[in-house]
Amino acid sequence: MSTLQRDPEEQVQVLDENGGVVGEVPDLGDDELVEMYRAMRLARHFDKRAVSLQRQGRMGTYPPLSGQEGAQIGSTMALDDDDWMFPSYREHGGAVVRGVPLTQTLLYWMGHEDGNKMTPDTNVFPVAVPISTQILHATGAAWASKLKGDDEKAFICYFGDGGTSEGDFHEGLNFAGVFDTPNVFFCNNNQWAISVPRERQTASKTIAHKAVAYGFDGVQVDGMDPLAVYKVTRDAVEKAKNPGDRRRPTLIEAVQYRFGAHTTADDPTVYRDDDEVEKWKAKDPIPRLEKFLRETGRLDDESVDAVTQSVEEQVADAIDEAESVPRPEPSEMFESVYAEMPDHLREQMEDFEQLREQVGDEAFLRE
Amino acid sequence: MSLSSADSDQLTLVDGVREALRREMADDDRVLVLGEDVGKNGGVFRATGGLYDEFGSARVIDTPLAESGIVGTSIGMATKGLRPVAEMQFMGFIYPAFDQLVSHAARLRNRSRGRYTCPMVVRAPYGGGIRAPEHHSESMEALFAHQPGLKVVVPSTPSDAYGLLRASIRDPDPVVFLEPKRIYRSSREPVDFDAALPELGEAVVRREGSDVSVFTYGAMVPETLEAAEMAKEDLGISVEVVDLRTLSPLDRETMVDSLKRTGRAVVVHEAPLSGGLGGEVVSALQEEGLYHLEAPIKRVGGYDTPVPLHALEDFYLPAPVRIAEGIRETVEAEA
Repeated sequence: MSTLQRDPEEQVQVLDENGGVVGEVPDLGDDELVEMYRAMRLARHFDKRAVSLQRQGRMGTYPPLSGQEGAQIGSTMALDDDDWMFPSYREHGGAVVRGVPLTQTLLYWMGHEDGNKMTPDTNVFPVAVPISTQILHATGAAWASKLKGDDEKAFICYFGDGGTSEGDFHEGLNFAGVFDTPNVFFCNNNQWAISVPRERQTASKTIAHKAVAYGFDGVQVDGMDPLAVYKVTRDAVEKAKNPGDRRRPTLIEAVQYRFGAHTTADDPTVYRDDDEVEKWKAKDPIPRLEKFLRETGRLDDESVDAVTQSVEEQVADAIDEAESVPRPEPSEMFESVYAEMPDHLREQMEDFEQLREQVGDEAFLRE
Repeated sequence: MSLSSADSDQLTLVDGVREALRREMADDDRVLVLGEDVGKNGGVFRATGGLYDEFGSARVIDTPLAESGIVGTSIGMATKGLRPVAEMQFMGFIYPAFDQLVSHAARLRNRSRGRYTCPMVVRAPYGGGIRAPEHHSESMEALFAHQPGLKVVVPSTPSDAYGLLRASIRDPDPVVFLEPKRIYRSSREPVDFDAALPELGEAVVRREGSDVSVFTYGAMVPETLEAAEMAKEDLGISVEVVDLRTLSPLDRETMVDSLKRTGRAVVVHEAPLSGGLGGEVVSALQEEGLYHLEAPIKRVGGYDTPVPLHALEDFYLPAPVRIAEGIRETVEAEA
């Protein structure tokens, strides 16, 4: 039976907290398993450096992802190349798996619109900051694919536990159920919407339960177990394309924890206890997978060191590259508003350019 | 924290907001605060800091993450005798609540011919200038000023944040209270907690001058005062600065009086120019003051583009140099 047809209260798990096998290991090759581990290490290291860049004033506000690598990497690795990903604003780790360069993510949080100019062929939509708004886009994109007779693509959409409270969550999942669209709705339940705990978002016993009301499968998975996440997502992606007698969409609730702050502008010590954080850190997805890979002979000290070195280099290179990108040309702000620039906007741009010439860029800058 | 412990000597604008909430809550049991992260966290800008501990979770309420839910339930509460003060975390996230605000809060009194009313406040930090992420820097006050039945208030000083918010909470109609987050902590001043509360709908002259009147509000007030100083030093122009404070209803009397004194006018806001509040100010000035005008009225605003991400934000927002240029053009214009 598919992992998807189960009681929403039952949590799918493959690895226990110590990396011991407690479920069926998904069909992944040795290289893919090591790549999964490397991608998680890359995401973790990137996150650490990004927070530090923000602290040093080299980047704007940044939303950390540490603790959520298992959900991000496990799920994006389960996608096929032609599938589409609709992120919220925290899925930089998963975006890398899709081929989005780290430099692009850095540029976005450094305040460059080019960070949203998604790399061709990655099939990743731009980051969505307004909560859960992307769910409807993912449903619409999947619906379009279906209307065009293409059932070769699945459309995965990420959002948080807080996001399930927004009306757009309901409308997106409801449309998906009614029109039977090839969607995978992936809820990163990291327990906290900034300072508001999961229990304050819904009285529903689980978030996975909500799928029942939309008429499709809802499944809860240990979101800090990358192998379980892979397995569940893979089943959902396959069902989206070949539903058999099931509805195409699936709601996945990946239960996990954000180790750090909501963003670098947030101080989580105000609203949650260290004990709670420590409890969840024991479920850290990275040592869990590492232990499994070591015990099954796929990793050893030497290969772990090699991963460490290579992710450090990759992140350092991306930072160098992003920081070497000059500030965008100010007139760029006028250029992409419409397909053709209206006259009044052109006049505004010309006035702006004239004043810039007169007074110089420094006269505008506040820092 | 007791009510007497607040240091009235040196308050920032966000302190003024918080003190207004505290004192209204202390004075009136009907007042409650609800929104995302307003409770234990004290708000992402700490505008509600300490209130949760002081008044408890039944009056300082962390809600599910749903702006329409927050504003829509506030309407229901207001009709049942409570005085909800709803916080929208950023103005850029207010849109899910737009339907509730314009279709219901704004119209309930009128459509029930006064049987039901909506005495509530929706607070939202607005505007750019803090290097925030995408959708965190919008200045869309015109959307609300366009809606009959809503009042729109924007303070620019700690004292006004305090006084105008208290007045807004006491107002019998729904008020959209927009807080210029760029200047939440940029200056401090003594706040007289016992002073008479300002009336909504009253503008104030921040700087007297004789050559030109500049009408502005919110975070553009200090920028305009800086531009006025530049215009005086560099060009010898005497600039009057009028802080509108309430965008709906506008204080036409103070505006036109100022225009009569100077004969020239500039309007400054950081919102996009087209369809912005500046157009309404210009209309009011020409309707009631055309014969006093000696030059066309100039608008200086954000450009008609989305607010750029922060690498270019300083070029988008009206900088003092750009405001000063608008002042110069207006003063030098000849019929």
